[in-house]
Amino acid sequence: MKFSYYPGCSLKGTGRAYEESLLAVFRSLGVELEELKDWNCCGATTYMSYDELQSYALAARNLSMAGQTGNDLMAPCAACYLVLNKTQYYVRDYPWIGQIVEHALESIHLPKDIGAKVRHPLDILLNDVGLDAIKAKVSHPLNGLKIAPYYGCQIVRPYALFDNQRNPTSMDRLLEACGAEVVYYPMKTQCCGGSQKGTLPEIGLDLIRHLLAEAQRNGAEVIATVCPLCQFNLEAFQEQASNAHQFKFPVLYFTQLLAVALGIPLKHAGFQRSFISVEPILTKKEIAYA
Amino acid sequence: MELKRVVKFEAERDPDFARWITQTVGGERIRHCLQCGLCSGSCPLSLYMDYTPRRLMHLSREGFKEEVLSSYTIWLCTCCYACMVECPKKINITHMMYALKTRAMKEGFYPKGFAIPVLAREFSRMIRGSGRITESRLVMRVFLKTAFWRMMGFSKLGMRLMRTGRMRLQREKVQRRGDIVTLLNAVDSTRKELAR
Amino acid sequence: MPDAGIPDSASAPKIGVYICHCGTNIAATVDVDALTEYAASLPEVAVSREYKYMCSDPGQELIRQDIREHGLNRIVVASCSPLMHEPTFRGPLTQAGINPFLLQMVNIREHVSWVHTSKQEATAKAKDLVRAAVRRVRLHKPLEKRKVEINLNVLVVGGGIAGIHAALNLASSGKHVYLVERQPTIGGHMAFFDKTFPTLDCAACILTPKMTAVGSHRNITLWTYAEIAAVDGYVGNYKVKVRHKPRYILEDLCIGCQECVEACVYKEGRWADEFNQGLSKRKPIYLPFPQAVPQKVLIDPEACIEFKSHKCKKTCVEACGERKAIDFNQKEWIDEIEVGSIIVCTGFNTFDATRNAYYGYGKYKNVYTSLEIERLINASGPTGGEIVLRDGGKPKMVGIIHCVGSRDHNTNRWCSKVCCMYSLKLAHLIRERTGASVYNFYIDMRTPGKGYEEFYDRLLDEGVHFVRGRVAEVTDWPAHPSEKGKLIIRAEDTLAGFVRRIPVDMVVLSVGLEPQADARDVRRLFNISCSEEGWFLERHPKLAPVSTFTDGVFIAGACQGPKDIPDSVAQAGAAAAEAMALADAKYVELEPYTAHVTKDTCSGCKTCLTICPYSAISFVEETKKASVNEVLCKGCGTCVATCPSGSIEQNLFEDQEIFEEVEGLLAYA
Repeated sequence: MKFSYYPGCSLKGTGRAYEESLLAVFRSLGVELEELKDWNCCGATTYMSYDELQSYALAARNLSMAGQTGNDLMAPCAACYLVLNKTQYYVRDYPWIGQIVEHALESIHLPKDIGAKVRHPLDILLNDVGLDAIKAKVSHPLNGLKIAPYYGCQIVRPYALFDNQRNPTSMDRLLEACGAEVVYYPMKTQCCGGSQKGTLPEIGLDLIRHLLAEAQRNGAEVIATVCPLCQFNLEAFQEQASNAHQFKFPVLYFTQLLAVALGIPLKHAGFQRSFISVEPILTKKEIAYA
Repeated sequence: MELKRVVKFEAERDPDFARWITQTVGGERIRHCLQCGLCSGSCPLSLYMDYTPRRLMHLSREGFKEEVLSSYTIWLCTCCYACMVECPKKINITHMMYALKTRAMKEGFYPKGFAIPVLAREFSRMIRGSGRITESRLVMRVFLKTAFWRMMGFSKLGMRLMRTGRMRLQREKVQRRGDIVTLLNAVDSTRKELAR
Repeated sequence: MPDAGIPDSASAPKIGVYICHCGTNIAATVDVDALTEYAASLPEVAVSREYKYMCSDPGQELIRQDIREHGLNRIVVASCSPLMHEPTFRGPLTQAGINPFLLQMVNIREHVSWVHTSKQEATAKAKDLVRAAVRRVRLHKPLEKRKVEINLNVLVVGGGIAGIHAALNLASSGKHVYLVERQPTIGGHMAFFDKTFPTLDCAACILTPKMTAVGSHRNITLWTYAEIAAVDGYVGNYKVKVRHKPRYILEDLCIGCQECVEACVYKEGRWADEFNQGLSKRKPIYLPFPQAVPQKVLIDPEACIEFKSHKCKKTCVEACGERKAIDFNQKEWIDEIEVGSIIVCTGFNTFDATRNAYYGYGKYKNVYTSLEIERLINASGPTGGEIVLRDGGKPKMVGIIHCVGSRDHNTNRWCSKVCCMYSLKLAHLIRERTGASVYNFYIDMRTPGKGYEEFYDRLLDEGVHFVRGRVAEVTDWPAHPSEKGKLIIRAEDTLAGFVRRIPVDMVVLSVGLEPQADARDVRRLFNISCSEEGWFLERHPKLAPVSTFTDGVFIAGACQGPKDIPDSVAQAGAAAAEAMALADAKYVELEPYTAHVTKDTCSGCKTCLTICPYSAISFVEETKKASVNEVLCKGCGTCVATCPSGSIEQNLFEDQEIFEEVEGLLAYA
């Protein structure tokens, strides 16, 4: 099993722990990943509001190059995953957009085929590797660690390609296979505000506060995320968001939790990059970790 | 009591704006909007908006350009797609918000020093120059151009990010940077041609 | 009848061609003058005319007059589709004394003016079609329609209010009616309701007398717990097989005393009671509901111990005593009946609320559907008319959500017509019974019927909160301390212009109406069509709302589209009238486009026998040749095409006629 790997800008910066744990986990499961050579920024939501057509062209460059490798393209960052898929759909549904993108790719001598399949690591773990294979490799089960699974918006809306749109359970099932207890979390797909915390701080904080309050109300000990920006939002502002309730949750990527279960040493899975350490909770729940 | 005329005369409508919104990508079905309010109900940000998404849709299709482009709504939208998923008429609301945002930025409908257009501009500049975003540099540039005194407040968080290795100052870049510029220029030239 | 001065078909053809303008429908796209001139130039055409509306009286008079004056013996009318006006144009031929089948229609509307924009091309196409028709009509032969007697019995499928009304109507006119109902009792959805809008009539009080009348009428054979298995035949002569599902009770002997139910080894009910929408439990042997007609119990073989282990004490049999009405060995059986017409009143299904996950039906225990609330409110329901939550408390705030599964491209696009009214009714009843605060969340308030808007006025007076906004979500996460422990309804109050969060104890989902789950299979039984959404298709939405495209099969009630009780009853009466008209006409005329075997060349290979979809062909032993039953034949043409020796010909579609038409099309030199 081999995939082209598209990290996206965040995974090289604030989302480093995601990349580290992702690479470690897939290596341990025997899946080969090759970083897409000379990938460029997909544009995410910001470029899309600046110039829509240029945004599609930027995404298309990556898709075209991925097509040349012949492998499916794995995009762990939720925003990149959405933009790449969106580009494929819009190019197909609006021929004039397809024309512009094709011309742009021609101008830099890249093939115009942008049909490479864009996959999310959750999709690959569940459908290609399989829960049984993963369960078999779990050496340090998570002993009923209470996890709130936070999916955020972009991997289920508007395209729910591998999971139920309103009540996704792929991450739930994965974490349960690792021995964790997934708590009831009705806000699992509610928006965290994205970049609004930076641009409109009060409003961004309110959204973050709701998510943290619900996690606490349902007894979560850890929050699991799939998106670097969600992870940052939920982790970095817990003190600011605390009012009557003190929030202090470790917010981890699902790949990090999977890494613990697979016995990968914490420092190889980016745990040193967390602001709120999860080690006290792991010790309390008697979860062995490397 | 400060009174203001709020009645709208037909002459104050902008029919070109109304026509434009129906021609944007995603705006094809705006005339089907029932004004049911499901979009506003599901939007997590609608609690803070001056015009709810539903109202904005109606104002847009009726051509009230001033109100629409000066609203807070288009800036508050995080493009989370919650509205689109449930819309009973399958109207591509999120994409229309993108189009309105782009137009508002182009026509300058925002207060001086407003962070979001600054972010968008700096973002695009960085991509044009390097092909990738270096988060630390982007954040600093936005702060400098907007409310640079907030950098003080950010410094504690910034330290933490640096200590945990999540804030790299080294510039992330693509090797074939010329290609990026060529790519973006090609889009502009084809777009101009098609507009003719 | 042929008159002395009018030539018969044996003499040389004298053709009259008539071009219709159809107002501007045809004339705007086809150059009718050029077409008429062209037609006049064709061989054997004696008369060629054009007129604005050929189907009108003066138009038809043109034809009649020309036949008499010029001795025409073939007519070509170039106008609309034969489906519309072929019978109309046959009239003048008969009236002027020649055989009506010496007519050929050319469709220059649906096939030309309505589908082409270029006048030049359209006119050229019309000329080709007229030329082809002129060549063909020369070969038409005089034909006679066949008269078949009609069976006076009527089959009504479905025992809801529509079926009941139609059956009673027909029965009181003296016709014998078979009423077949799939459930173990008649009554349909109306039997679930407590009160009906807008008068707040008690549903049971107006329904049960009719149900009883059906059960005791001497002209009605009531078969419940039965389904239609097969329908054969044609208008006036249908042969229907009815499959009876086993109740394991001998209906003739059961008197509905229910001592068997009392005596059942299960002291309490354990299975979801279907009639009470699963809100209460029943035993394996049960009466569907206290006012069931027929008043007979039935046994659920999935629940009864005797069926699973054969070791039950069978206290029910003991209780039944000398009547001996219980029979565990009963098997399903089939009855064959002959009827002249069929009325399909199979009703509707409600939208499955679990499909709208964001309303939390099935997830939160105090989210109900409207039907469940009807049973709660009903005095003979599971709680004796008390509105209580699933955990026993009484609700203080209730939210009623309109348009669940209606007006939504994600589920059903249509408006279900009755939900606004029944939501208002429920709001009124809930307030009356509990004094709770009631919120109705709607998009539009649809009150089109008689007294409906006045009912809305009454509700406005009563202090129900009306919030115009489609509900986005029903959730239990509290954003404010006052919301703890409640279900929160989040919607934009569009009239006020901001989003509201309203905490309630009970949520009622006003589910929309849908076609029955097996509508597409049922329609095949009767050879009728469904619309795109699955409702049975009427012949014409305005002019023939209860007929179908199959003669002799009528539809009535909600199976044709969502509607309230007054409209269902009206349609049932209309369908009954149509069935009565058919029966009172005593016979039906069959179109003569049937096939027949040309005896000489038939080799008796029997290929056509198996091919015929209507089983209309039989093998005659004496002559060792095939023979077509012209009464059963539907003129599909399959046997004609299949016969290896070309021994079967079809009236109005003889080989030569078709060849001439093709030659006419191709001769565009």
